Amino acid sequence: MNKPLLGLVLGGILGIFDGLTAWFTPAVRSQIMQIVIGSTVKGLIAGILIGYFARKVNSLALGIVFGLSVGLVLAYGVAAMQPGPDHYYFEIMLPGGIVGTIIGYATQRFGQAPQPTTR
Amino acid sequence: MRSLNDSALARLQEAVDAPDLEGTRYRLIAKLGQGGMGSVYQVEDRTLARDVALKVINLADGRNEVAARLLQEAQVIARLEHPGIIPVHDAGTLADGRPYYTMKLVQGKSLEDYVRDLDVMSDRLRIFLRICDPVAFAHAHGVLHRDLKPANVMVGLFGEVLVMDWGLSKLLTGGAIGSDAAAKPADPSLPDKCSAPGTDHGSVLGTLGYMSPEQASGGGQLDPRADIYSLGAILEFLLGTAGSGRVPRALSAICEKAMAAERNDRYSSVPDLAADVAHFLDGLPVTAYPESAFAQAWRWITRNRTWLLLLLAYVVTRALLIFFRSR
Repeated sequence: MNKPLLGLVLGGILGIFDGLTAWFTPAVRSQIMQIVIGSTVKGLIAGILIGYFARKVNSLALGIVFGLSVGLVLAYGVAAMQPGPDHYYFEIMLPGGIVGTIIGYATQRFGQAPQPTTR
Repeated sequence: MRSLNDSALARLQEAVDAPDLEGTRYRLIAKLGQGGMGSVYQVEDRTLARDVALKVINLADGRNEVAARLLQEAQVIARLEHPGIIPVHDAGTLADGRPYYTMKLVQGKSLEDYVRDLDVMSDRLRIFLRICDPVAFAHAHGVLHRDLKPANVMVGLFGEVLVMDWGLSKLLTGGAIGSDAAAKPADPSLPDKCSAPGTDHGSVLGTLGYMSPEQASGGGQLDPRADIYSLGAILEFLLGTAGSGRVPRALSAICEKAMAAERNDRYSSVPDLAADVAHFLDGLPVTAYPESAFAQAWRWITRNRTWLLLLLAYVVTRALLIFFRSR
């Protein structure tokens, strides 16, 4: 599996899982489907961005930093879009950052790097 | 009349043994060392303007069988073209009738000296794997080394690992050397395709401590497992002299399997031995050391600890957030 695809799959799985945890919050349980879909899309976007970065840059440290940054930025966007006075920045950005870090680590450590071309 | 003392005699002997390079393209520079079969000199190749090593039998050993063995050694090395085997450049006969061959001049240290400054066990194991490569290559081409030991392994200035001294090497029955191994039988010009000259059934050649029991007893046909025993002894040497403390049980088990007294209990090939060492380096299970389920699980956790810690951090964070939000 190449790195962008690995990032996509991992981002999707973690996004679904991340969204499903909203079920434990009774106040938003009724909107669980929208939350899962939004969270999955966020995971997919983060996964493919981090996967492409891993394909271009072969560095575990940079991969983790990039993953954390993308996770935080996307989570910030989701939190900022929350309706109402409470945006839950901390509650959304903290797990989002960890998810980005996990994808950053995974895409650097695993996944097939592009083969060098020969002429 | 004054008698000659020992050192004067040794100098005289050295002067007499020095190769007469008259009529060759080589110029003597210095003596590098002496082995059981001859001496090695540093010489200048005047045609190509480079220094090479020249191996020649000693005058006192000018018997036909020693000369034939030197020739066989040159032929064996010349056909085993591998980065881990020193290349032979030329062979011939000196004016005094002694055969010689020249090879690449390796500047470096013997394995014994090299590992003195190498305390990290994984570095030593990587060196060991690079010793296995040329030996496996030789076996694949029907050649046994029969004298593998730390003194016969050189590590060059750029870290290249070379297996030296193929003077006791033996061609296996049906073995063929060279890239056309499949099409070409063992060279019939060699004195004996089953054994080196002077190493007929029953004779003992090799180095004690690194020699397999069947080789030490001088009985029976040798096969690659004799070299596997010697490789096990080299591995034991590398582990025994490492300064990093206790040897992991899996590595001890690899040594024990390679050095089993009964050759059927050893690894069946050098690549199998090398694969076990490589697996150990990669944190994978080794065939020589069956693990309990708990040990397997612990090794898996150790190998994937960063990954598991990140997942754990995520789950704990999520759990804490849910907990505090629900209060």
